[in-house]
Amino acid sequence: MPDSRMHAEHYPGPLHNPPVRSAEVQRSASHAHHPKLQHHFDDMDQQLEASTLGMWVFLVTEIMFFGGLFMAYLMYRWANPTAFQEASAHLNKFWGAVNTIVLIVSSLTMAMAVRSAQTSARPRTQVAWLLATMSFGTAFLGVKVVEYSDKFQHHLVPGPHFQWPGQYPAGAEIFYSLYFCMTGLHAIHMIIGLGLMTVIAIMAGRGKFNGAYYTPVEISGLYWHFVDIVWIFLFPLLYLIGAHYGAGH
Amino acid sequence: METPSYLNDGHGLKSWLLTKDHKRIALLYLASVTAFFVVGGLFAMLIRLELLTPAGDLLTSETYNKMFTMHGVVMVFFFLIPSIPAVLGNFFIPIMVGAKDLAFPRINLISWYIYILGGLFTFAAALSGGVDTGWTFYTPYSTAAANSHVVLAALGVFITGFSSILTGLNFIVTIHRMRAPGMTWFRLPLFVWSHYATSLIMILGTPVIAITVLLVAAERVLHMGIFDPALGGDPVLFQHLFWFYSHPAVYIMILPAMGVISEIVQTFSRKNIFGYSFVAFSSLAIAIIGFLVWGHHLFIAGQSVYAGLIFSFISFLVAIPSAIKVFNWTATIYRGSVALDSPMLYAFGFIGLFTIGGLTGLFLAAMGLDIHVHDTYFVVAHFHYIMVGGAIMGYLGGLHYWWPKMTGRLYSEFWAKIAAGLVFIGFNLTFFPQFVAGYLGMPRRYHEYPPELQVWNVMSSAGASILAVGYALPLMYLTYSMFAGVRSSADPWGAKGLEWEVPSPPPTANFEGTPIVTHGTHQYAPSKEVGIA
Amino acid sequence: MSGHIASPKLYYAVFFALIVGTVLTYLAALVDFGFFNNVVMLAIAFAKASLVILFFMGVRWNSRLTWIVAASGFFFLLIMFAITMSDYMSRGWVPGTLK
Repeated sequence: MPDSRMHAEHYPGPLHNPPVRSAEVQRSASHAHHPKLQHHFDDMDQQLEASTLGMWVFLVTEIMFFGGLFMAYLMYRWANPTAFQEASAHLNKFWGAVNTIVLIVSSLTMAMAVRSAQTSARPRTQVAWLLATMSFGTAFLGVKVVEYSDKFQHHLVPGPHFQWPGQYPAGAEIFYSLYFCMTGLHAIHMIIGLGLMTVIAIMAGRGKFNGAYYTPVEISGLYWHFVDIVWIFLFPLLYLIGAHYGAGH
Repeated sequence: METPSYLNDGHGLKSWLLTKDHKRIALLYLASVTAFFVVGGLFAMLIRLELLTPAGDLLTSETYNKMFTMHGVVMVFFFLIPSIPAVLGNFFIPIMVGAKDLAFPRINLISWYIYILGGLFTFAAALSGGVDTGWTFYTPYSTAAANSHVVLAALGVFITGFSSILTGLNFIVTIHRMRAPGMTWFRLPLFVWSHYATSLIMILGTPVIAITVLLVAAERVLHMGIFDPALGGDPVLFQHLFWFYSHPAVYIMILPAMGVISEIVQTFSRKNIFGYSFVAFSSLAIAIIGFLVWGHHLFIAGQSVYAGLIFSFISFLVAIPSAIKVFNWTATIYRGSVALDSPMLYAFGFIGLFTIGGLTGLFLAAMGLDIHVHDTYFVVAHFHYIMVGGAIMGYLGGLHYWWPKMTGRLYSEFWAKIAAGLVFIGFNLTFFPQFVAGYLGMPRRYHEYPPELQVWNVMSSAGASILAVGYALPLMYLTYSMFAGVRSSADPWGAKGLEWEVPSPPPTANFEGTPIVTHGTHQYAPSKEVGIA
Repeated sequence: MSGHIASPKLYYAVFFALIVGTVLTYLAALVDFGFFNNVVMLAIAFAKASLVILFFMGVRWNSRLTWIVAASGFFFLLIMFAITMSDYMSRGWVPGTLK
């Protein structure tokens, strides 16, 4: 009968005695004690790589998060093609297009903001790019506020007060449910993005970012661009499918 | 004089509640998942008490609905999904890859707080009267007709999902970017492989249920009719979205347990795993194929027959990688030097019970048979064989295996063997009769049943009381050992692996300096695979 | 710290392409191409998204792992779309079953 292993002798393992860092395993040592180096990382490079990968993994979760709504859109549009076209025609595609361009500009300024940190530009320059990004983000939200209140006024908010002047009220109500859920979720992400940018802009203003350390700007930029990409899909799918349908606004 | 370890590195509540040490966070999770397990178990006890008699005499049907709903919600989201990854994974993945901590220690701590917040919302739902929709929240009942606290429970699930996402994110980045020099992918312990696969599912699947429960809450609060049939909304769409996550979720629950078993069978057979790469790749295969089978929950929901055909076929396929694991574990044990310590007893239990659970899953994957047993106790028995006979035994086995490492103490092997035996006997007595009752037609989620089925229900309830004792025992002797157990050496089992190279309990930084790995961590015998003589 | 630094000219070029794409998709929507409208619209949207991902988000110069991670999100979404729609689109194909 085999003995219990619980008090067995310690077996020598496969490792050499863990040495202090030896020459051949050392990564670049030039920023070995950068004040922003977290101590479980070997060096700033590893920290940046890990943080970037982490943000990308998070963005994948965001793709799947919005993806559920796109799935609902896909199915209901397939099931109610004409209703969706009719419903979409009541959205203001001009302002939708303006908002699209506003976000694209904000992505440009965001990319320039990251670049300014990478190239160790003066804090004022970094903050300028970040503030530009935030202004366009705010402008986007402003347009959405106008759009939403317009919908409220025209009884296009799904629920007990929904009134549809056209031929397909049920399909239209589903369309507008999706419209509000998708653009609403997108707007919440924009607001969170603005909050992020505020923090980043304050840190940039204090001179925290330069070529040796710009990780927070980089990963905030990734988030911002992602929110832009969601809109790149939302705009045509929500605003443009009824563009040639009967009479719009 | 106490040797410095992570346990005495800082005293007081703040040093625990504000810790960034993955090992302390693992213990925070240990305490909370145990608490939730007890709560979920209490709901189960009420269910089994009601089902002792055919008449619905203990609880009203509404209350009974709330019991099985809360049992499911608490056990799935607050116990099974976090248990192994957040306790054992958090503790051991950094050590097993040779790192000082996970990639994002603060996010690790935040994930625990998010988990607690989600739990509070769910508690609030329970305390204000409970939810009665079933843990599956099917529409339109959950969105239109139910007058229970759906929104609170839905929000609780939504919030807790983020805890899962952050854990998976942390694991993926850690395994990719924080491995010690020389720790190549194929030198990683299989426990790490299984957690990597689990993390993929957490990342890709959890967000979908997040948006789905959010839509349920939105529909209830804002009266937006996305799933409302009166508007042409499709309740089956809810089921597609729900099960797109919830099927892979069951693989989140079982894959980590499989990783634990891979570790235990090697140590207690004193043998390298048979077919390391096959076991490693089978974890990935389960994760990926697991995303393609969700429609087998919709066979009778109105889903098209052709879609059902595809889902049925792929559901058969997904059993293959699991079977590969079972064969490889068996081949590992065969002709090994087997010791029957308590972790190994749990491993044996796992292998047998998971096999039964998996085979009955194949019954359910066959569309024709599923039509007969859908929504009966056959299904209930099937998933409990996997979740309890599989996942929970894996969790208990892992907890016992690594307990000396985590706490620096040995527990009473005598009581551990008794508990393992009681769990095994109690489990089978509880759930095997449910296969019979289900096949004979007893529906699930009913608080009453025809009198001729009583014998199976009485057996099941009797088994449940034995199972409860089996679960209560570790709670007692493991806790006792923390204060009065014999102190453990670094390697009480004679096991191989980086975690057995460090002291029990480990120091805060895990290693002194950076470990340099020169060959695979599981080398119980000379192996061609890594060229050691 | 390593990390590719792109030139402003590249960013402005990508920006210009994105604006052109927006204008194109707007104009194309005004004409009735039937089902083909969807194809054009999605093709332009994917092209724009790719430009943002590759250049603004820097995936063009990142490790292959980043690329795989980004692609996997879209790939799994595609799985959800394709298989779910296969249910809806094949309803009623077997006589006597639900449409």
